[in-house]
Amino acid sequence: MTARASSRYDAVVVGGGHNGLVAAAYLARAGRRTLVLERRPMVGGAAVTEEIIPGFKFSVFSYVVSLLRPEIIRDLDLPRHGLHILPLESTVTPLDNGDYLASWADPDATRRELERHSPRDAEAAVQFGRLMHHMAMAVRPILGMVPPDPASLAPSDLAGLLRLGRHTRSLGAAHVHALYKLMTMSSADYLDEWYEFDPLKATKAASGIIGTFMGPRSPGTAYVLLHHYMGEIDGAFRAWGFQKGGTGAISDAIASSARAFGAEIRADAGVERVLVRDGRATGVVLLNGDEISASIVVSGLDPRRTFLDLVDRVHLPPDVIQGVERYKFRGSSGKVNLALSGLPDFTCMPGVGPQHRGAFSISPSLDYIERAYDDAKYGDFSRNPYMDIVIPSMIDPGMAPPGQHVMSIFVQYAPYHLNGGWTDARREAFGDAVIRTLARYAPNIESLILGRQVLTPADIERITGLSEGNIFAGELALHQLFFLRPVARWANYRTPIQDYWQCGAGTHPGGGIMGASGRLAALEILRSGAR
Amino acid sequence: MLAGAPAAAAAPWLFPARPRSFGAPMLKSTPFHPRTAPLVRAQTWRRWAGYQVASAYEPLPDHEYAAIRNAAALIDVSPLHKYIISGPHAARLLDRMVTRDVAACAVGQVLYTPWCDAHGKVIDDGTISRLSDSTFRLTSAEPNLRWLAMNAVGLDVSVEDVSERLAALALQGPLSRAILQRLAAADLATLRYFRLVHTTVDNIPLAISRTGYTGDLGYELWVDAAQAVALWDALIAAGTPYGITPAGIWALDVARIEAGLIMLDVDYVSAHRAVIDDQLSSPLELNLGWAVSKRKGPYNGRSALRAEEAADPGWAFVGLEVQWESLERLYAERGLSPHLPTVAWRTSAPVYRGGVQVGYATSGCWSPLLKKYLALAHVRAPHCEVGAELTLDVMVEHRRKRAAAVVRKLPFFDPERKRS
Repeated sequence: MTARASSRYDAVVVGGGHNGLVAAAYLARAGRRTLVLERRPMVGGAAVTEEIIPGFKFSVFSYVVSLLRPEIIRDLDLPRHGLHILPLESTVTPLDNGDYLASWADPDATRRELERHSPRDAEAAVQFGRLMHHMAMAVRPILGMVPPDPASLAPSDLAGLLRLGRHTRSLGAAHVHALYKLMTMSSADYLDEWYEFDPLKATKAASGIIGTFMGPRSPGTAYVLLHHYMGEIDGAFRAWGFQKGGTGAISDAIASSARAFGAEIRADAGVERVLVRDGRATGVVLLNGDEISASIVVSGLDPRRTFLDLVDRVHLPPDVIQGVERYKFRGSSGKVNLALSGLPDFTCMPGVGPQHRGAFSISPSLDYIERAYDDAKYGDFSRNPYMDIVIPSMIDPGMAPPGQHVMSIFVQYAPYHLNGGWTDARREAFGDAVIRTLARYAPNIESLILGRQVLTPADIERITGLSEGNIFAGELALHQLFFLRPVARWANYRTPIQDYWQCGAGTHPGGGIMGASGRLAALEILRSGAR
Repeated sequence: MLAGAPAAAAAPWLFPARPRSFGAPMLKSTPFHPRTAPLVRAQTWRRWAGYQVASAYEPLPDHEYAAIRNAAALIDVSPLHKYIISGPHAARLLDRMVTRDVAACAVGQVLYTPWCDAHGKVIDDGTISRLSDSTFRLTSAEPNLRWLAMNAVGLDVSVEDVSERLAALALQGPLSRAILQRLAAADLATLRYFRLVHTTVDNIPLAISRTGYTGDLGYELWVDAAQAVALWDALIAAGTPYGITPAGIWALDVARIEAGLIMLDVDYVSAHRAVIDDQLSSPLELNLGWAVSKRKGPYNGRSALRAEEAADPGWAFVGLEVQWESLERLYAERGLSPHLPTVAWRTSAPVYRGGVQVGYATSGCWSPLLKKYLALAHVRAPHCEVGAELTLDVMVEHRRKRAAAVVRKLPFFDPERKRS
């Protein structure tokens, strides 16, 4: 054995995604000798910036920062390490009649724009916003707690349940009732209770279906609307927007902070398996055969990889194996990244203007999105997909050569389980459908394309390792949240194997560049005294 | 995965000579903008309900304020929201919504009224003009179309938002009647306080109401937006010999504090926007108990207001007069003479009694007319009696101090001519 192979760490983190990096930073901050192992040449997982086309930098997968926890920004001193979030101010929804629906940073301008379509909705928005603010305030503490198991009598679980009960009581009856509706209804039904202008409902509902294999009329999607408003609560902190240099720069900032606390980060170092001896994790074996021993092993990978790929199943109880096998990934979205010679000209809002500094949402009606889902439900990609489009080079000029641009198109639906499977030809057909749909609203787009990168869920899985290409490391559906994420009894970042922990987005609360899973896991490790 | 080809030369829209700003969020301008804009000498604009309006036309508002109290001021109040409510059940709709008795409002009469949610907390306040037996005009600070529609369920009534097509101009001040009478066809001597007449001014058809937001003699003119500029020109021409002066919001703000008139979002938070219960106010807590009908039938918030009347409200809305000697002493300690705000302030300042916080002031100003430093404040009910000696948090040369302040009866300024 080489000296390096026999080196011993307090903690080895498998996977240098942003949650793994956050966990490593917190462990190193507490004085643990920590090593992060990343399979790819760069850290970040799904939050990476890559120059796929020379001169053009793409936030290849995840493209905006929404819910990065303010406490992480403070604890890890991220602004000093390069966190620099630029405002993403507007959303424009082109309508099928040639008009548009816009929302701007300025409340007066947004209200006036809404009044143009429905004065009642403009008024309803004020009270809807207030209610959602309350709902988000109600849910926010849950994001910051280790899920207690409601079926357990362990003191820590009971204490957590008590806290939760007290918190629920403090909400007041009206808010508990509203929260119950939000947790059970479809986003379409929920929005119907408030609004009349269909494109407004469609654009809001779209945020409820991202990353799930559900449509706006599927029950349970209303809850995901909240995520948007949770970002707004921390609005004063301005943690929502576009990271300078792309989302990879956030990963780099967290990595830099982790290193400053003493963590070691190794790229091009894929882990083949976790060593288990007498029901305890003792280290890892790298793909190159090197062995690294550690007091604890923390997996930042998704639950399927954490439980079924990295360890021999013989170490796990059958019910846990079954639970993980039942955990739903069902990647439903794809991504198209474009290098452009200039800016797209949208028919609904011709010319160049402030609209290019914000998002374009292709969500002209609820029916449009539901039909897009219908295609996917039966195994096809949407012929007319929902798309969330941003032009990062308009916000950070460093992303593309002067005068030229990069465009990020988030596309839904593209089912992982495509009829006949994904092939190169199917991928390009999917890319063509996206460009064709976009060209209906911005006809000059095709003439601007210098290069394109099309990513299907199969590509996302192949490159990042996220099972079935699910961008949230498992669907953010109610049956997979809180004390059921990823499986019952093991939502507390532990596993049935002693000293083997989980910290990825497949644990509570998961989803987006939040870092909350990594932080909560690290705090729980430190609290447990595991060394 | 490269596809397509550079197309820079072929696409003129890539490098437009001048970027077109299409759909850019801009503030709206009022129908009087062509006349008011050239007068705003120091670019002192502000926003009001999504419109840009003048804070002041001159660099300082002193002359504009003086016109309100001494001659006549012309104030663009077009950003008010305005609704026409008509139909057989128009009065029933408004009676269901507001706290005053609309059924008892005569044709040609104007009512000032707040309106509440089901818990008796104020949503907004404004005026109701009875234009005919079955037609009313409602003004409000915030949009209320949805609220009207929710209250109109089951009623035979139509609601039309006329905010954009109806311009509104306030002519306020002791000489306002003399100026307006030179142009108006109707006899203004017979137009009483809070009454309204449909007539012409310089042959422009409009409605004149004997109302205002200054606590002075004054009128508000309601005219089709297309005629707004012509009306402005006629008033300026006829009023110049009388010293008519366009006045901005800064001048209006001082006048309305002297008159003890509340402002939404400054002195209270709408029940539709309040995030916590502490931000809510009932009409009784806003010194508007007089505007809560004791006789009329069910309306939004009635049972809550009845219960509150029986139990006495927890808060009162009062006038405060900051004691000059106290202020002078605080400044003298720092070797300075008292420094006074040049315009009204709209921040919140804690109010104490004997070292314990008993409330907060929401707006205040130096009254050039009364030569007093005035504030409007919410105080806990036990401390609201006229003459109560409180203290107000003031900043004196980077240090927080407490100046003596005495509770005064509102309005601070209440001239005979206001009601004449």
